[in-house]
Amino acid sequence: MKALWSKIRPKFWKAQVDLSGGEQDVSYYSRIWKVAVAGIASVSVLPLVAMAFMNMNQYQNALKAQLVFPVTRLVSNTKRTIAYFLHERRAALRYIVMDKDFDADCSMERLNRTFIRLKNSYGGFVDLGVIDSHGVQKAYVGPYDLAGKDYHTQPWFREVIIKGVYVSDVFGGFRDIPHFVIAVKQDQDDGGFAILRATIDTDRFNSLISSLDLRPFTDAFVINHEGVLQTPSRFHGNTLEKIKLPVPPNTTTTQVLEVQDNKGQPLIMGYAYIEETPFVFLVLKHEKELMKGVAKLRRNLGLFLALSLGLILVVILGAATHLVNRIYEADLTRTSAQHKIEHTNKMASIGRLAAGVAHEINNPLAIINEKGGLLKDILSLGSDLPPKEKLVGLIDSIISSVERCSVITHRLLGFARHIDVRSESIDLSQFIEEVLGFIGKEALYRNIAVSMDVADDIPLIKSDRGRLQQVFLNVLNNAFAAVDDGGRIDISVEPASPDRVSVTITDDGCGIPPENLRAVFEPFFSTKGEKGTGLGLSITYGLVQKLGGNISVESEVNKGTSFVITLPVRG
Amino acid sequence: MTIPTKLLLVDDEEDFISALAERLRIRNYDTSLATSGEAAMLLIQQDRPDIVILDLKMPGMGGMQTLKQIKAKDPTIDVIMVTGSVDSKVGESALSAGANDHLVKPFDIKNLVEKIQDIRKKRGLN
Repeated sequence: MKALWSKIRPKFWKAQVDLSGGEQDVSYYSRIWKVAVAGIASVSVLPLVAMAFMNMNQYQNALKAQLVFPVTRLVSNTKRTIAYFLHERRAALRYIVMDKDFDADCSMERLNRTFIRLKNSYGGFVDLGVIDSHGVQKAYVGPYDLAGKDYHTQPWFREVIIKGVYVSDVFGGFRDIPHFVIAVKQDQDDGGFAILRATIDTDRFNSLISSLDLRPFTDAFVINHEGVLQTPSRFHGNTLEKIKLPVPPNTTTTQVLEVQDNKGQPLIMGYAYIEETPFVFLVLKHEKELMKGVAKLRRNLGLFLALSLGLILVVILGAATHLVNRIYEADLTRTSAQHKIEHTNKMASIGRLAAGVAHEINNPLAIINEKGGLLKDILSLGSDLPPKEKLVGLIDSIISSVERCSVITHRLLGFARHIDVRSESIDLSQFIEEVLGFIGKEALYRNIAVSMDVADDIPLIKSDRGRLQQVFLNVLNNAFAAVDDGGRIDISVEPASPDRVSVTITDDGCGIPPENLRAVFEPFFSTKGEKGTGLGLSITYGLVQKLGGNISVESEVNKGTSFVITLPVRG
Repeated sequence: MTIPTKLLLVDDEEDFISALAERLRIRNYDTSLATSGEAAMLLIQQDRPDIVILDLKMPGMGGMQTLKQIKAKDPTIDVIMVTGSVDSKVGESALSAGANDHLVKPFDIKNLVEKIQDIRKKRGLN
């Protein structure tokens, strides 16, 4: 894993970035990369995922609606048919009892005729009986011997007295053939009443339901209010068995619910209570069908989502890596260009110094030349040898001039050598004296008074000597260029805050007009014409920033200019 | 016997002019010294030299200024400018300010003597 990572790891991942004050940041580019990836990913992946889920939900709902609608229709249609079936038979019975000749003492013959007419015209009638107000069956036509049976203790008898009509649950009866009963009451002129009671075969009832063209996994049946099956069902038991589902709450309209069967499978339950009967018509549909569609949709959508996400991520990672790499490379180029410019500036400084140095070295060389020449003159032209002390004095003078030369060359070398970045402890006052060493002679010859005022409590600072030399040399060179012969340059060093030191270099030179003041630190800004590159102060600015400090300038035309360089004590 | 030529050496490097003066004396030149432009002007006032050998860069009154003052005081005094600078412009500006000649330090004394002789010839002193 590590080996793979080291192979694919982009170049910029652990690249070092120099911060001001010499610190380094090794996660700069990887941080940009992470922010870019997180940013782009959040605005592209999140909406996509959200859309996918919303889509999925919507589609699932649409599928469910598609499934629910036919159930609703089936339930309400079938309910109407069943209700009509029962209503028809009830109406037929009521028609019979409303005949003015109908009473409890109706003859068997007449009842038989009525029964045959009913069977032929409506069908489904199993038997027919007439019961008087005492609950005794006065006349009976049918396959059983029920004449004279006393019903007055039975609940249905009471119900029919109160309501005038009664429809029973389905029950097995003597022969265990499921059937149900419809009874209607007719008040008599004498204050009594008679009841016509018919038994109806559930075959007709069942065929109503079995004629429904049901799809697999769909079940339709009738239950009573207690949940006992009134018609056979496909999956939920036979007639007169209790279903293992809760009975849905009573409503007057067709309803669709989502329930779970005893195995925990989701079911869609459509139901309707059939008015004035104990019957509830139920359609149950397994959600399996729905789930099949949803599962397919989910699979397709998931696959699409995964592919899109993968593609998006690849593109994001690729693009982020590419872009950060470009930034990194641009930074590298910029840094190397900056290093080159700094180096060039340094070399230019050395070149400028060289002229002064040559002059400075030529003086001791001239002394050596004359002292040596004099020695030679004495030895070759003089008649007698001078005293020994004179010769030693000449030679001492030669040696001290050689020392002067070597101080100059060493100083120059010390400046040129510090090109590598390195932090060291620096005594600012000694350091500025050293820099002044390069240009001190110029001050002497041009009668420029250079004063230095260092506060007592200036600590040693940690900084890069080479860069600092460059900074002070650039600023001092500018000051020397600004002042006239006989002018003055004041250097003061004071603590700026507990951890910063400020160096102020003030000259009484020509000053910088306000319109130029803002631009002095900008690259290629120069008022020296062909003599300047316009890079000196911009490089100085960059160098001071790199050292963790800052540089500012104040100036007044013909009064002078002040540069303030603030440096951190601890690098 | 020719008329001795009076030379005045002016340079802030005392070691340099003292040795040079001794060598010129060995070569029979009447030589005096000054270590600044101001001192040179005083000496010139007391005892007029024929030729001033003048350093260009000196603290205080510089070589250029001294040259101008000498020429203003007595244009007949000849001046040989001496400089440590390798910049040829410095010599040119000295010549245009009235110096007769210039030399770059360090120089061979023969060259100086030649230049002194040239000036003497020109003045018909030889």
